[in-house]
Amino acid sequence: MFELLGVPPQVLMGQLLLGLINGSFYAVLSLGLAVIFGLLNIINFAHGAQYMMGAFAAWMLLTYVGVGYWPALIVAPLVVGAIGIVLERLMLARLYHLDHLYGLLLTFGLALIIQGLFRNYYGISGLPYQIPASLSGGYNLGFMFLPTYRGWVVVASVIVCFATWFIIEKTKLGAYLRAATENPVLVGAFGINVPRMITLTYGFGVALAGFAGVLAAPIYSVNPNMGADLIIVVFAVVVIGGMGSIMGAILTGYGLGLVEGLTRVFYPEGSAVVIFVIMAIVLLFRPEGLFGRAG
Amino acid sequence: MSDAMAQTERPGRTAGAMLAVRDLNGWYGESHVLHGIEFDVAEGEVVTLLGRNGAGKTSTLLAIMGILGKREGSIRFQGAEIVGMQPRQIARLGIALCPEERGIFASLSVEENLMLPPRIREGGLSVDRIHELFPNLKERRRSQGTKLSGGEQQMLAIARILRTGARLLLLDEPTEGLAPVIVQQIGRTILALKQEGFTIVLVEQNFRFAASVADRHYVVEQGKVADMIPNSELDANIDKLHAYLGV
Repeated sequence: MFELLGVPPQVLMGQLLLGLINGSFYAVLSLGLAVIFGLLNIINFAHGAQYMMGAFAAWMLLTYVGVGYWPALIVAPLVVGAIGIVLERLMLARLYHLDHLYGLLLTFGLALIIQGLFRNYYGISGLPYQIPASLSGGYNLGFMFLPTYRGWVVVASVIVCFATWFIIEKTKLGAYLRAATENPVLVGAFGINVPRMITLTYGFGVALAGFAGVLAAPIYSVNPNMGADLIIVVFAVVVIGGMGSIMGAILTGYGLGLVEGLTRVFYPEGSAVVIFVIMAIVLLFRPEGLFGRAG
Repeated sequence: MSDAMAQTERPGRTAGAMLAVRDLNGWYGESHVLHGIEFDVAEGEVVTLLGRNGAGKTSTLLAIMGILGKREGSIRFQGAEIVGMQPRQIARLGIALCPEERGIFASLSVEENLMLPPRIREGGLSVDRIHELFPNLKERRRSQGTKLSGGEQQMLAIARILRTGARLLLLDEPTEGLAPVIVQQIGRTILALKQEGFTIVLVEQNFRFAASVADRHYVVEQGKVADMIPNSELDANIDKLHAYLGV
């Protein structure tokens, strides 16, 4: 058995895996925020609440209707995304001509209301959600034990992140999206329905949050506050990566998850603040973020 | 409908015009920039809007495209009233804009920029024909759109509205800031497009260039059309034109 800087490899690998799993959630959530901010110019503070709604949607599907994990992985994001679309049409669409700040205030207020409603009905103790049978158990990798579900979370998040990146950077639909992010008026003048694209983009970003919520349900207990705790860190991740950069959001998400994991090994007291310290340093030296475009 | 009446009211108006603009008023925010613009463009014609900076030429194109914030009066395209329509509806009828700032997207490759505007009907140029007109765009199709030279960006901005099947092209100062040899190339392109049957409204400050490509010239002054000069009578009216343009 080798040791690295006095740390047994099981501990190091265990914490790196934990970091990678946290990073998976950071990546999917900050990706959704980046997609939304890119086209809508709105800082979606309701993202944490929408993530929580994804987890609750999965729990409700199972508890009330008997719909299991796999269908919920598709259905819950669609439901949460649809709620997002209604929200965009009824409220957000009225704010695009105003400063960012109004969208932020509206979505922050909505997050408080949504969380309050769920707290009112379900309390704060958290509801259990079983790991699906097909993903229970784990693998002994020799140097560590890998629970199957945790491995699945990493794989699923990588697939979703890659698919989103591919759609935005490599397809015709993505070209419309990038063009509309730069100059929505001209894209409209080419005959493209930009308002509908904006609505669907918001729905998609919110669905990503819902998807992350379903992934999280079996690991973290389903709890009205689960998003509020996480979203603060995710916003720090987005600031570090730079608003509006798709690949930046993904890489920063995984990277900071790992950094957090390493900090937990070598300096546990710092693990809760390390991301915020990095954010402060990045803001000091590169205010547009690591992958952001200046200006 | 009032088509027939609108077309025969005054001399100088073209019967059966493809585009007929009547008493067009337009506002940019609070400021009233168009004060009753009137002109016609017949199918297959190249018409220029000449005038000084701030005369309302660009605003006129933006009003036709539906982009200018507030518009009143009448803009008829192939008989249909479009003054109240959204830009995307106007585009779908077959009008396309090549904006003054060119509007090349930095996050798209040359090819993606070229293929961006959706095809709205049959009859657009094929990509092969576009590459024949603009060989540089074929060579540089993988480059980032804004890495092209100014002249190439201008060609890309024109090229991408040729595939869509739009029949009326609004070109806003396509020669601005370009070297004389590029200006000549753009002039040849416009003549080639006229041969292909496109109808073109060209905003220009450079009337020598305008004279080399256009059938008629409308002089725009303070948000109104002050005069119309057929290209064949340009020489006879050169002093008058100089006075209008202040050159």
